[in-house]
Amino acid sequence: MQPSPDEIQSLTYEQAFSRLQEIVTGLETTENTLEEALVLFEQGQALAQYCARLLDKAELRVRTLGQQDEPAEEG
Amino acid sequence: MNQLPLFQPSSLSVSEITRYLRSLMDNDDLLQSVWVQGEISNFSRPSSGHLYFTLKDNSAALRCVMWKSTALRIRFAIQNGLAVEAHGSISIYERDGQYQLYVDALRPAGEGLLYQEFMRLKNRLEAEGLFDPDRKRPLPELPRCIGIVTSPTGAALQDMLNTLRSRYPLAAVLLSPCSVQGEQAPAEIVSALRRLSTTEAEVILVARGGGSLEDLWAFNDERVVRAIVASPIPVVTGIGHETDFTLADFASDFRAPTPTAAAVHATPDRADLADELAGWQDRLHGAASLLFSQKWQELENTQMRLDRASPGQRVRSERQQLDEWQERSARAVSSLLRLRRANLAGLANRLQALNPEGILKRGFTMVQREDGSLLSSVRQASVGETVDVRFWDGKISTRVESVQPGKLPDLEQ
Repeated sequence: MQPSPDEIQSLTYEQAFSRLQEIVTGLETTENTLEEALVLFEQGQALAQYCARLLDKAELRVRTLGQQDEPAEEG
Repeated sequence: MNQLPLFQPSSLSVSEITRYLRSLMDNDDLLQSVWVQGEISNFSRPSSGHLYFTLKDNSAALRCVMWKSTALRIRFAIQNGLAVEAHGSISIYERDGQYQLYVDALRPAGEGLLYQEFMRLKNRLEAEGLFDPDRKRPLPELPRCIGIVTSPTGAALQDMLNTLRSRYPLAAVLLSPCSVQGEQAPAEIVSALRRLSTTEAEVILVARGGGSLEDLWAFNDERVVRAIVASPIPVVTGIGHETDFTLADFASDFRAPTPTAAAVHATPDRADLADELAGWQDRLHGAASLLFSQKWQELENTQMRLDRASPGQRVRSERQQLDEWQERSARAVSSLLRLRRANLAGLANRLQALNPEGILKRGFTMVQREDGSLLSSVRQASVGETVDVRFWDGKISTRVESVQPGKLPDLEQ
């Protein structure tokens, strides 16, 4: 499951960070061809930068639930 | 009729009688630990820090003293007119001949009853297993959505939002507002929790700021406790101050001492996340560098082996061979040519010697029949036959008149 650059934008921090960890341990332990290693490295970089941006730039979103959000009564 | 006895019993001194009274009181169990309810009056707090006041009701008054050490622990404002319950022991201050209540605990009136009810409820719900530690659920490490149940106008909400903004702004907050004290509060808290149960909130903070036992009472309501237990989403409570424990706190998945602490507990600090991320980035670069340098080394080794066996190399060596062959064959050809030329020259000379033109030029002729064949003997001629006499520069045609054999005489000398 290799997310494209656009798909990275839709990942949560947890998903992106977890994928980064997978890539790093993969590079450290698995046999990779040069081609594969290059691709993985670039992906890892993109994910790490995405996570860093999230941590730095994220703004707390606050929404208030109103009466209309009342769930249906359970029988 | 009362008559004074003849011999009066001896008199006690003031000290003795006072000491007697004191001893009576000091040995009385009730008087050593008693709660007294009344209204505060004549309150004073001299520079010593000790508190002096009178507890009174409609028909009696009781002098009280509270030492400074106890007074410091009192969290509400002590003032005249306040209805309170005071706990302590009653004894006599001998110098004044004054009995007084030495107060070691003080609470606003009515809290005593409330506290009893609190304990009753707590025991009952605890017996049902609602507060069991096994029931406590773990909280998500990186919650994407945080629900908050609290008053929309209280300071608790602002404290929590500020904490979340600085610490973990990646999350989205869903506020489910409600009253947090008063008659309606328990029902509203229950509704607020239920409203969040169908959202994508991954953890819920139930919070309110500090207050008296009465102020916090809504969170001791059985309905609230059961709603927290029934919540499908883990609940963190942050109610009142550090020392306040409500039944909601016992029922929740985690009790934080204050609303701010609840927000802190439910989230990671992004500074810590950033450190962790940096660590993994370093590992990424490290792993990649190592791999690339390994590959480069492999490549270089392969290149060397390749060079030795490469077509380029082969062409060079073959070309060298080719050059050698060329040289050899060139030498061979030229020696062959020389040989041929030599032969040819010899042949040419011999041919030249055999060339009739030379002979003819010396005056000899060739006699040919008409068909071109040569007559090499007189006997081959016939009288009357036409023959060609060929000179070096032409021929004549003649008829044989006679035939006379006879060899040429040998030339002398």
